[in-house]
Amino acid sequence: MGESIVHYSNIFKTFGEVDVLKGIDLEVKPAEKVALIGPSGSGKTTIIRMLMTLEQPTSGTILVNGENLWQMEKKGQLVMADEHHLRSIRGDIGMVFQHFNLFPHMTILENCMLAPTIVKKEDKTEVEQQAVEMLEKVGLGDKIDLYPSQLSGGQKQRVAMARALMMKPKVMLFDEVTSALDPELVGEVLEVIRDLAKEGEMAMILVTHEMDFALDIADRILFLNDGVIEEEGSPEEILMNPKSERLQDFLARFNNR
Amino acid sequence: MKWDWSVFFEVIPLIFKGLWITLGLTIACYLFAMIFGFFWVFMARIPSKTVRWIFRWIAEFIRSTPPLVQLFFIFYAWPMVPVVGVSLNPFAAAILGLGLHFSTYLSEVYRSGIESVDKGQWEASTALNLSSKQKWLKIILPQAIPPTIPMLGNYLIIMFKEVPLASTIGVVAMLHIANDYGAQYWKYVEPLTVVALFFLLLSYPSALLINKLEKKYNRRFDKKSVSTL
Repeated sequence: MGESIVHYSNIFKTFGEVDVLKGIDLEVKPAEKVALIGPSGSGKTTIIRMLMTLEQPTSGTILVNGENLWQMEKKGQLVMADEHHLRSIRGDIGMVFQHFNLFPHMTILENCMLAPTIVKKEDKTEVEQQAVEMLEKVGLGDKIDLYPSQLSGGQKQRVAMARALMMKPKVMLFDEVTSALDPELVGEVLEVIRDLAKEGEMAMILVTHEMDFALDIADRILFLNDGVIEEEGSPEEILMNPKSERLQDFLARFNNR
Repeated sequence: MKWDWSVFFEVIPLIFKGLWITLGLTIACYLFAMIFGFFWVFMARIPSKTVRWIFRWIAEFIRSTPPLVQLFFIFYAWPMVPVVGVSLNPFAAAILGLGLHFSTYLSEVYRSGIESVDKGQWEASTALNLSSKQKWLKIILPQAIPPTIPMLGNYLIIMFKEVPLASTIGVVAMLHIANDYGAQYWKYVEPLTVVALFFLLLSYPSALLINKLEKKYNRRFDKKSVSTL
């Protein structure tokens, strides 16, 4: 167990009356790339949002680097984690959102510099240099002084990735990062993720509807259906050789689109 | 009666002195309202449902009763309340009364500003591991406040025009001076006209300025781009 960077065990999540997740077990190794696929409402996004501490599990535990994310020990008892505890673990996790969520009142350079300077208290000139390099890497070196509203969707999403990478997370979460983009802009965003995946050292969990892309970069694909992991395996097994009927249906519907 | 220009010019400097009191009182009341407005917002975000409910109804009560009644209560009735009763001078009573009343309006303005900030902004700040203080100061308030500036300005003008209420509890500002002059010389038309003119001279340009600000901020926060930020 020690070698997995993320370990979900027996995770349940209920929103009001609705059971969204019904017993999720999932281990992710350092540098592993895991893709989550499945119909909408199957709970894929909730899984990664719980790791980013945006949603609290109803029951079960999530370990990050062996540390319990949502619970902490207080006077010998396990209690709900407070903000201080969450902050101490959250630094290893980064997230890219479907709707980018860039800070509109800051230039894209400032977007990238904010967290390293105020959260990690790193030296401002060094952070600036890194941010410029990072933005060059995602192909936006000539746009650093623009505001988010002046960029296309694809460019915004690349800034969002650069901003998340500036915190040097060990696990990066991608929440349907191409779903809000015009079709012709999807390629440039996937290209950046593909390059990141090749670099290798960072673990990635991707919620995606891009099957070809998942096949290309994932080490493992999980098919979620109705709050449980219905099937999991290598991309070839899952996409070329689906066993369960539900996965077969899901893929068939996808290919017909 | 006959309009008397000599009276008109005689009262201008007298009332001009009162103008500073009116302005000073407006600013003091407004600062109080701005700070206390945040108090209501803060109370509305406390986890305990009971506490939230209590403060919501206190604010609702203050908002729904006339400021003149509140001024009278603070100035005349409060000193008679046992134990907690305090006797305030007219100026302090006016600041407390009008400030408190307008703080409930401003808290609504703040609330609408804060709610206008997309939920994704909170989530991105969490994902970048910002502390709650950093979230508020660096991300939420810088986006929540600018669009409310025109509304805050409107309330400043409204408050400026409500300040003469303070003359009823004895704050000697423009209206009080005009009234005294009227009582003394039996000339009301000229002094009260001067008071009205001073109010007009200050309110109207301020309203124009706020209009300008409104246009400026609408341009800056381009509505079309907000949905896909």
